[in-house]
Amino acid sequence: MIQDTVTDDVLLRKPKFIALLFAIFFVCFFIFDPSRSIMGHLLEPALGDPEQSGFYGRFVTSFMLSAILVLNLLAISFIPHFRLQVFVVWIELLILFLTFFYSFDLSFVFIRSKIGFMVTQGIFTTLYVSAISIVIASFIAIIGAVAKMSSNGFAFAIASFYTSFFRGLPLLMQVYLIYLGLPQIGYVIDAVPAGIIALSLCYGAYMTEIFRAGIMSIDAGQWEGSRALGFKFGLTMRKIILPQSIPLIIPPTGNQFIAMLKDSSLVSVIGVWELMFLARTLGNKTFNHMEMLITAAMLYWMMTMVLELIQSRIERKYQKRQSR
Amino acid sequence: MSETNQNAQGPIISIKEMNKYYGDFHALTDIDLEVNIGERIVICGPSGSGKSTLIRCLNRLEAHQSGSVNVNGVELHQHMKDIDKVRSEVGMVFQHFNLFPHMTILENCTAGPMWVNKVSPSEAHETAMKYLKRVNIPEQADKYPAQLSGGQQQRVAIARSLCMNPKVMLFDEPTSALDPEMVSEVLDTMTDLAQSGMTMIVVTHEMGFAKQVADRVIFMDEGKIVESNEPIAFFENPQSSRTKKFLSQVLVH
Repeated sequence: MIQDTVTDDVLLRKPKFIALLFAIFFVCFFIFDPSRSIMGHLLEPALGDPEQSGFYGRFVTSFMLSAILVLNLLAISFIPHFRLQVFVVWIELLILFLTFFYSFDLSFVFIRSKIGFMVTQGIFTTLYVSAISIVIASFIAIIGAVAKMSSNGFAFAIASFYTSFFRGLPLLMQVYLIYLGLPQIGYVIDAVPAGIIALSLCYGAYMTEIFRAGIMSIDAGQWEGSRALGFKFGLTMRKIILPQSIPLIIPPTGNQFIAMLKDSSLVSVIGVWELMFLARTLGNKTFNHMEMLITAAMLYWMMTMVLELIQSRIERKYQKRQSR
Repeated sequence: MSETNQNAQGPIISIKEMNKYYGDFHALTDIDLEVNIGERIVICGPSGSGKSTLIRCLNRLEAHQSGSVNVNGVELHQHMKDIDKVRSEVGMVFQHFNLFPHMTILENCTAGPMWVNKVSPSEAHETAMKYLKRVNIPEQADKYPAQLSGGQQQRVAIARSLCMNPKVMLFDEPTSALDPEMVSEVLDTMTDLAQSGMTMIVVTHEMGFAKQVADRVIFMDEGKIVESNEPIAFFENPQSSRTKKFLSQVLVH
């Protein structure tokens, strides 16, 4: 998106908008009745027992919360720098989430005792299963994309059947089918390879479309220019078309990798000791389910943030190259 | 030019009763054309008259449906095995240059010789620099196409084709996508090339270039060759009324 050089007035400078915002917040809070929340307890000296404060308590706490929220937004709107503004909003949202989790009264001692194993075993397995799968999926995708664009009916039929089938079935079902189905034809397969095969085939099908779109978006003139020089198909593809498609393919592929990182949790059902499997099993004995689930959730999130960072780096690198 | 003189006898390109269709649309009708070695032909005509289609049939970027197209002694048809060889001997310059944007100017020029003709990198480099000097942009060798002006890009495209040592050069409206002030630098390069004895077939609206360089000017309309003559006769004494009308329109300025 290209920013216009003329910007609209900041909405939060308009009293009408602020009043409207306040009204909306107030109504929302009022419906959910915040009188028993932390705010209610904080206002206890004024309201008395929050449980007994009734309509009046409900009104006052809603009013206070809405006022705080609006003032907060107003304050943020005065931060002059874009990046600082983003940072402050992020931190505030994070604090909200953490208080939400904190309110579960989690046993941090338990988390601390297990987190080492979750990282060394869980994250490690999740990452290597995903990484191997995305590499295999990329290879499948190139072949699938070429086959889908080919005039050879046989190649097109196989490729379109493949993408249709693997995009049409839930990934969880594919994991089961491969792990339990292959032994039926006499080939017993371990859980990890079965998971990798399922993820590769499923994501290969989605990525076939990404690669196809990337290749199709290259100007026909590039094909003609190569052809006029006497380049054969493979050479044109390898040296001319794919190098130009890759900057277009990388962002959605990075996106797929991030998605796969979390979909790899589905292979926990066949007993691969990745992050999700550990999250479900480690807390079982002592009923510390929530602790493990939230820890795993945070670990997934952190991995994703790192990947997003890497992805934006790569994207910037390619953008630079193109503007050269 | 010793190589081209070996078969100086016969025509290098020979088209007989060629027809081309896009579905139901009859794009080219009964085209007959012979081009001799060293000959410089300019094809002109209104847009949609099939002139680009015609030269694109000469290296089979387009397929013809009937008749025959013979290039450098090789008959072009759907199941031929050596089309890449023919294409490597027929240079083509496009309206939109079609340089490879992810490769430097030098890499654009060395790719063909190295990948197709299996020339050593040092030799390809040498050839590339020779032709980049000839089109007057050796100093841009390490830049990328996007960093060059349109006129410079088109001259690189000409150099890229020349690096393959083509027997014939096809130009498909090489100046149509250029800003006006860049047209002459490209035409100068082409004139220089013509004077060196290169066989050239040029689709263009530049009538000045046709007058100055062409051995023969061909006028096409509605997929047919309407008129074909040497430039003086073509411009001063056009035969068909369609040619007269076209010339009166393009020569007004």
